[in-house]
Amino acid sequence: MIPVEHYVILSALLFVTGGIGFLVRRNVLVTLMSIEVMLNAANLALVAFNRSRLAHDAAQTYSGQSHTGQVFAFFVIAAEAAEVAVGLAIVLAFYRLRRTVRSDEADLLKN
Amino acid sequence: MNTLGTIYFYGLALLALGGAAGVVVSKNPIRGAMGLLLLILSIAGLFLALHAQFLAAIQLIVYAGAIVVLFLFVIMLLGPSAATPSDRRGIVVRIFGGALFALASIAALWRVVAVAMEAHRELPMPQPDASFGGIDAFGSALFADALVPFELSSGLLIVAVVGALAVARGRQGQASMSRSELDVARSPFPKEAVRELPELTSGVFSHEIHLPEPEETRVEAPLRGAASTTPLKESAS
Repeated sequence: MIPVEHYVILSALLFVTGGIGFLVRRNVLVTLMSIEVMLNAANLALVAFNRSRLAHDAAQTYSGQSHTGQVFAFFVIAAEAAEVAVGLAIVLAFYRLRRTVRSDEADLLKN
Repeated sequence: MNTLGTIYFYGLALLALGGAAGVVVSKNPIRGAMGLLLLILSIAGLFLALHAQFLAAIQLIVYAGAIVVLFLFVIMLLGPSAATPSDRRGIVVRIFGGALFALASIAALWRVVAVAMEAHRELPMPQPDASFGGIDAFGSALFADALVPFELSSGLLIVAVVGALAVARGRQGQASMSRSELDVARSPFPKEAVRELPELTSGVFSHEIHLPEPEETRVEAPLRGAASTTPLKESAS
């Protein structure tokens, strides 16, 4: 059985990769996709920790096993769907305004 | 079984890392979306290995079925301008920021891993029930412990949909242009070159109904003297 540390290391590596993409790339679409990568890494860590801590608060849950991490990951997925919908709408509005998707062109609030 | 599980984990981990690297590195956003798809499929496979069957299905449906497709819609809607040309401006600052983030994250990761390895915490994971992670167990946990956040998340999704519509629809003024103005504005030629078409008074393109005028007013005076039935024949011909 794979120990939970390996899942956590994989999750951290994915998170670092997504964070580098978020910081370095200037295409707004790639930036949004990097956020997706980071949230996926967080989901993986949540589910892995839930798998390793099954009976944390087993008093009132179904079948005596806690699903807290999985439920948390479910809500992360729901929030992320909302974030992508609004983010892509903003990208479309920005493209309509400036005819580009480069994030450093978004300087309407500058000065 | 043990070696098979190990091969499964490391194969999926390599695929996930490759997908994430594809998202970050690719110049073309379509390839970035394909890398994201690969990452999502790999993580769904890892969810299966972690006894989270329902979350694996949700991951496939919501991510691969909705989010990646939404990204592809937007990329194809933007067309060639979705891929920005590379520029060197601020490359030093960006690389420095990325490297700083990576170093800080790897340092934190190293500390966590060192502490875990030092404590020899590589305990075998407890074996869950067969129902763990399935729809009934997950749904029971969701609706027993997290009912209020669940309802709030439905409100969040509705607000996000309305906000996305309001942001993406754009200004009202563009939508209220008339059809011919919109055609002139969208035509690739300069505005002076768009020739004003003559107003058509008959045929399927005419905007008004033109009834034929009474024929008696057009009839010349000498013809009336020739025969009384001539105007009718002329109008018939």
